[in-house]
Amino acid sequence: MELTAVLQAYPKEQTYLLEILLKYQASKPTHHLEEDELTAIADHLGLPASHVFSVVSFYSFFSMTPRGRYILQFCRDVPCHISDTFSVRETLETLLGIKTGETTEDGVFTLEYSSCLGACDLAPVLRVNDTLYHHLTVDKIKAILAEIRSGSDA
Amino acid sequence: MLEHKLITKHIGNIDPLSIDDYVGVGGYAMFKKALGMTRLDIHDAFEASKLRGRGGAGFPVAIKLMAMAKETRKPKYVICNADEGEPGNFKDRYLMENNPHQIIEGMLIAAYATGSSHGYLYIRGEYAQSMATMQQAIEAARQAGYLGSNILNSRFDFDLEIRSGAGSYVCGEEFALLESIEGKAGRTRVKPPFPTAKGLFNQPTLINNVETLATFPVIIAMGGEAYAKIGTPTSTGTKLISLSGNVRKKGVYEVPFGVSMRKIIEELGGGVGAGRKIQMIQLGGACGPIIPEYMLDMVIDFERFEEFESKTGAGAIIVIDDRHDMFAILEQVSEFFTHESCGKCTPCREGNVHMRNVLRRFVNKTATEQDLLMLENQARVIHQTSLCGLGQTAPTAIISTLHYFRFDYLNRIEDSMQEVA
Amino acid sequence: MPTITINNLEVRADAGMTILEAARAHNFKIPTLCHYPDLDIKSDCRICVVELIGQKGLVTACSTPVYEGMAVKINSPRALNARKAITEMILANHDAECTACVRNMNCELQRLAESTGIVKNRFESILEVKPVDKSNPSLVRNSNRCIKCGRCIDACKTIQGIGVLDIAGRGHDSDVTTAFGKALADVFCTYCGQCSAVCPVGAIMEKDSTDVVWEAIDHPDKHVIVQVAPAIRVSLGEELGLALGSIVTGKIVAALKMLGFSKVFDTNFTADLTIIEEGHELINRMKNGGKLPLITSCCPGWVRYAEHQYPDLLDNLSTCKSPQQMFGALAKTYYAQRENLNPKDIFVVSIMPCTAKKYEASRPEMSYNGQDPDVDAVLTTRELAKMIKQMGIEFENLREQKFDKPDEVTTGAAAIFGATGGVMEAALRSVKEILDERPLEQLEFDRVRGYEGIREAEVTIKGETVKVAVAHTLSQAKKIADDIRLGTSPYAFIEVMACPGGCVGGGGQPYGTTHEKSRERIQTIYQVDRLMKVRKSHDNAAVANLYSNYLGEPSGKLAHTLLHTKYTPR
Repeated sequence: MELTAVLQAYPKEQTYLLEILLKYQASKPTHHLEEDELTAIADHLGLPASHVFSVVSFYSFFSMTPRGRYILQFCRDVPCHISDTFSVRETLETLLGIKTGETTEDGVFTLEYSSCLGACDLAPVLRVNDTLYHHLTVDKIKAILAEIRSGSDA
Repeated sequence: MLEHKLITKHIGNIDPLSIDDYVGVGGYAMFKKALGMTRLDIHDAFEASKLRGRGGAGFPVAIKLMAMAKETRKPKYVICNADEGEPGNFKDRYLMENNPHQIIEGMLIAAYATGSSHGYLYIRGEYAQSMATMQQAIEAARQAGYLGSNILNSRFDFDLEIRSGAGSYVCGEEFALLESIEGKAGRTRVKPPFPTAKGLFNQPTLINNVETLATFPVIIAMGGEAYAKIGTPTSTGTKLISLSGNVRKKGVYEVPFGVSMRKIIEELGGGVGAGRKIQMIQLGGACGPIIPEYMLDMVIDFERFEEFESKTGAGAIIVIDDRHDMFAILEQVSEFFTHESCGKCTPCREGNVHMRNVLRRFVNKTATEQDLLMLENQARVIHQTSLCGLGQTAPTAIISTLHYFRFDYLNRIEDSMQEVA
Repeated sequence: MPTITINNLEVRADAGMTILEAARAHNFKIPTLCHYPDLDIKSDCRICVVELIGQKGLVTACSTPVYEGMAVKINSPRALNARKAITEMILANHDAECTACVRNMNCELQRLAESTGIVKNRFESILEVKPVDKSNPSLVRNSNRCIKCGRCIDACKTIQGIGVLDIAGRGHDSDVTTAFGKALADVFCTYCGQCSAVCPVGAIMEKDSTDVVWEAIDHPDKHVIVQVAPAIRVSLGEELGLALGSIVTGKIVAALKMLGFSKVFDTNFTADLTIIEEGHELINRMKNGGKLPLITSCCPGWVRYAEHQYPDLLDNLSTCKSPQQMFGALAKTYYAQRENLNPKDIFVVSIMPCTAKKYEASRPEMSYNGQDPDVDAVLTTRELAKMIKQMGIEFENLREQKFDKPDEVTTGAAAIFGATGGVMEAALRSVKEILDERPLEQLEFDRVRGYEGIREAEVTIKGETVKVAVAHTLSQAKKIADDIRLGTSPYAFIEVMACPGGCVGGGGQPYGTTHEKSRERIQTIYQVDRLMKVRKSHDNAAVANLYSNYLGEPSGKLAHTLLHTKYTPR
């Protein structure tokens, strides 16, 4: 989606800053925001660029470096931690060949840590973009990755 | 029956996305009833109900309603805090995804009672499904004439919009939440003044948790006195418990105040797995105390919660069995707060890093007696001096384990000394 | 009036006071760090925690209002322990090489560490060293010393309305920085230095020029001369142990001579010159339908702000150089010729209340030969105080001396340049008298005096009403500039100063400058004016001589070459 289209979808008020940032970032396959885009948003809303940078660097959803088309977020807070018998993190890192915080070379996956996903009754869980996968096992993780890979190649 | 379904009564019997289903079980009738009441009557019902906030801190709802009613400045706002970021809590998600209209009805009653014209539903960004469900419900309610201007020909106007969080635990704190809606980083403000006086855009603002607002129609339906008869004399009504961890049947359960944690874990949760024993539980979430198995007969009520000087009132119970190393869990809790601290005040910004570093030494068995002393002092100072409620409760798990599991600390120091030797 | 108990003493407090204010009113000093009188209460650092009897936690004195019957203990063991631990936490994330810091012995954190009794920090250092930003001629930003108190952010955002700085990141990664962490030279920084004036530590400070000045003084072939801005003589004393509002003009001359400067001149001389040039510019524009309103341009912070934010209004700016730069230009031409010196051997230093003046001096157009700067080094009030201390001069005991000739003739009009409204008043004294062609009845223009953010006045000149306005701080200047842009500005002449109170509240003035102190300094400045024999710039005989002996006509060809400049949209 063009940035101007996103900007036009909202009233020109500071209160919509997060909505604009979230919507625009989600529309980009790289799931990231660039400096000139943020400056344009700041100018549009009449805010100092430092303010927009402050917001973007504060919330963990935003990134200023390009990420994969699929963002895999695993939770490591206590309910998931104690329900995790095989290490979701190590399994993902091994299968993807990347460390947490990195993106696979083909640009398909980024692996991230997320604070509690609020699905502790389904632990351990994994969030892939907006979809939640639960009761994870090693086999289930393999299947999730395979499913995305086959879908994303098509 | 241990469960007592007041606010979750219709869940399972209705299609969450069908407003007709909700109206069919008496939905929006309580809002209509409220429209026929005076604001003072509504306030009195809430005062009689002794309802306290379900977000964690347990502040009496009637006091906020009265403070709002006294404010003459317009516009006023009603905000539903659905930034359920406290690890181990998922009851608000459960409500939003299974009965969204009840929350809208609760907000309508709150708005009418306080003379507010606009509402925000601030949902954490991680809850994509909740947001989609609530959005559909809001549109249906608007179509049915429950939102908008001159609602049901009552000359009462109220509309509602969803705002998404963007990955920040501290935005569950009311001032940080307001900052976030205003388009800023979620760093709390100095109080007083409180939101009812100077809230969103500096206007009078009522902020309540999802569960609290979902209780509003129930209280209008039952009347405050009848509601107050449920639970204990001082902790009235029911509480949603998010039960998770090493327990067979995890999930959300609605119980009256006054039942014991052991009953909840064993009777509702089916206990821990075969051959396992409960080692400890964490109550309330990451900000809550870790307490030993022998205290499980303690009942759920606000007085007990307050003894822990924490915001345990959200009602999470995380059951931890005997396979786990307490220090690994504490390190995890500390890592969470280090990651989520907003950084505005010194003790929370700096102190959590130091506590995490010390805990790592306990995990790695390199801890010393000096570490124990430092940890104790750091935890106390952060608790006593942090700016907001979240910072103040970041060290609760540490403080509680230093109390109940002190021997484990001393043993670990001894282990560390042996490792060195 | 609530009665409260502080420690064990019952005292009266005013309703609405905070604990901190009530305690200070009764001579109890509660340590603070993020608190600053003219800025919002932030309550971030948590240093001022005190014990509130009957409450479990501790409360911050800066933000907690008093109430009847309140009882607090400032130094209970709990409060002391917390204050000490918080100080240690700050120090554990701070480049604590105090002796290598410009704030050594003048640092709020250092004083706090001393008062909380820290001998050895029990907290291990968790500092992650970041590069230091030395990108510009005015300010140096060293994040490694930053304690995240947020004062600089407030100064830039609230006072100036700019917002160059903000907090990025969160938690332990929080960093006070610019948009995208860029260098100050690459963002819309005006170099006004208000951030540096409120910083409690050495995280943002003026770029040090004392070394190059010492070197120049020490150089056998350099003829080192110095000019002193009007606002220095009412503020330097504070930094050197004299009472607030002391007039130390003569002592400054003496001290500068002791430091080794060959000649000591008064910037007031070129301030008068500025008035003559700017006055003629105004008269010309009014007579010939030139661009109005005319806006003053002696404040380099304002000029840079206009170049960034209002490139469309640059034609409204007076083309006159500031007094500092007029002095520099004359020093390397007229003075060199008169003293028979090679301009390359003349080293011009200015003492300014300002950090942006360092930048102004470095602007490429401020050069007599297109190569070498007219002004070689600019020292802030704070830097001069530091040099005087380094030299071991007992400032308070110095005997007053006079500025070097022939520039000793200065006027009251020049003296008031340091106060907001001063340039306007000085200009009005000359323009009105010249155009009216009869002596002024009243020298004081009270309507342009004062401390309101924007002040306006109507002046009758030659039977016609002329509207003028004065603005101080850039957030106020913005309002005026927006009106001009919209075409709704009714003014013919506008004075803008970037700093609160004008140069008396400049970004290079002594630490601890507040509105209250600036007001005090302004009063002193008007007192200086009242005591002057000559109070109008066009009555300055030395200036008149300069025109007749060298420059020719005001606004003439040579005057234009030497004393006027141009602006660049940025």
